[in-house]
Amino acid sequence: MTQKDMSYSAVMARKNEIMKSSMGIDYGDFIESPIAFDYEKMMAETGYTMEDIYRIQHETKVGNTPLYELRNLTEMVRKTCAPGKGARILVKDEAANASGSFKARRAAVSAYTALRLGYKGVVAATSGNYGAGVASQAAQRGLKCIVVQEVYDSRGVGQPEIIEKGRACEAYGAEVIKLTVGPELFYMQLRTLEETGFFNASLYTPFAIRGVESLGAEIGEQVRSRYGQAPDAVVITHAGGGNLTGTARGLLYVGCESTRIVACSVDLSGLHMASDHDFNRKSFTTGHTGFGVPFAVWPDRVDVPRNAARSLRYMDEYQLVTQGEVFYITELLTKVEGLERGPAGNISLTAAVTLARQMDKDQIVVVQETEYTGAGKHHNSQLSFARENGIEVRRGDPRESIPGKSIIIPEHLDQVLGRVQDIDRLRREYLANAAKQLPVTQWTENDINFLAADVKKDPAWVRANLPA
Amino acid sequence: MNKVPKGTWVEIEWVVLKPEERAKALPEDTKKVPYVMRVSGFLTEDAEIGQMVSIRTIIGRIHSGKLTTVNPSYSHSFGKVVPELLTIGTEAEK
Repeated sequence: MTQKDMSYSAVMARKNEIMKSSMGIDYGDFIESPIAFDYEKMMAETGYTMEDIYRIQHETKVGNTPLYELRNLTEMVRKTCAPGKGARILVKDEAANASGSFKARRAAVSAYTALRLGYKGVVAATSGNYGAGVASQAAQRGLKCIVVQEVYDSRGVGQPEIIEKGRACEAYGAEVIKLTVGPELFYMQLRTLEETGFFNASLYTPFAIRGVESLGAEIGEQVRSRYGQAPDAVVITHAGGGNLTGTARGLLYVGCESTRIVACSVDLSGLHMASDHDFNRKSFTTGHTGFGVPFAVWPDRVDVPRNAARSLRYMDEYQLVTQGEVFYITELLTKVEGLERGPAGNISLTAAVTLARQMDKDQIVVVQETEYTGAGKHHNSQLSFARENGIEVRRGDPRESIPGKSIIIPEHLDQVLGRVQDIDRLRREYLANAAKQLPVTQWTENDINFLAADVKKDPAWVRANLPA
Repeated sequence: MNKVPKGTWVEIEWVVLKPEERAKALPEDTKKVPYVMRVSGFLTEDAEIGQMVSIRTIIGRIHSGKLTTVNPSYSHSFGKVVPELLTIGTEAEK
């Protein structure tokens, strides 16, 4: 047998065949042009109904998580806003899922599918909670699991949160391939898929995204049965787009058409995500603009031919918060609500404080996830590590903070303000990226209709905003 | 050098891509360093630290690389106290 060429370029050139054999989906069935594809047909191709998804997840300790009203925090917010304002803040305690985060929902459907299709194991490339989710689900389904993870800078130093996430994967019995900084993570994932013939438990398949739909559906049903109304806004920590896409689709499934879908990311502008030096200068490993913005303006930058996570298709608003604001809110949640949870899940809680202040008292804003915390993931670990790496940490006005240089923790709740990101600018950037796939002059009516749906606008808006 | 017996839980390191073999569009600092992987498993033969060895991972796969660590373990923690957090949400700030 001849040895396969394992060089970077050779493996990347085999991308399509490797992905096709590792997923049981032929994306050719949906693709209509270099731009357009039949999104709903792709999502339906999973063959699962919502009832199937509930059943699959309940079999492996996922879903049915509690929805809590944060009464004390709501009261505190009401003291910092105009009379009649201050919406109720609810939180969906996704830390209660097996493996401790909402990512278990994505992993549950992927692992179930891998088993059903006869694969012996699963491979996931992630430095986040998803790895632990896949490992935990694979363990329950009797599948082997490999997690390919970006862990260290070139000095061999790893962010404590990522070290913890790797540990969790190993705890659930996964083989963890720990890598230094670089986009070659995808190359390693492909190599591993090719070597093993395992299932690609990508975060971005229709299986993974359909798995998150149960989260949105549960929120819609829980809020309606308890308060007799649909949630007015749901705030979603946004990185790769799957959390937002799945949750929004689930809310629509249970008829919450009027619910405002608000994305939120930690503002890390100025830090380069593939930089060896910048790697350990950020205190958030996900839920930040380094993923949130690029994935919004071009979802198809992923390990599958077409990304099922398409955030602009569902997003109504995009809030940005600083690292210091999230750490403040994380500590406040612990002290006044008696819930100790990981910071990444509290990104959306931080934005919810700002939104609640603007919303009426009888309205409801839902924070749709929490995540587990512990050594490495705790906000004290993050801040201590930041300080050791030369980042200034102090109390003050968070608006003065500079990502990679300083973290400024608010002195009072009224300094938690966040800021709104211009979503139309992101939509136009998305169109510009589409034009790199196919020149605007060759866009058909079908392409324009697809793009309009993909940015939650009508075709006239796309025509009025064609890239130069 | 001390012999590490076959069957010991170890970590190995392997240079996957040398700097010149890496992806093209990389920031300058990343471009200068190799792409390195580490993985843990049970040593398949007696060896010494620094030698090229093979390991069998927890799921039974074989990897080769340089033996770096015996009984690799985790020591990440809650970090040193960050006093700026302590008073948040308490009487002291009301």
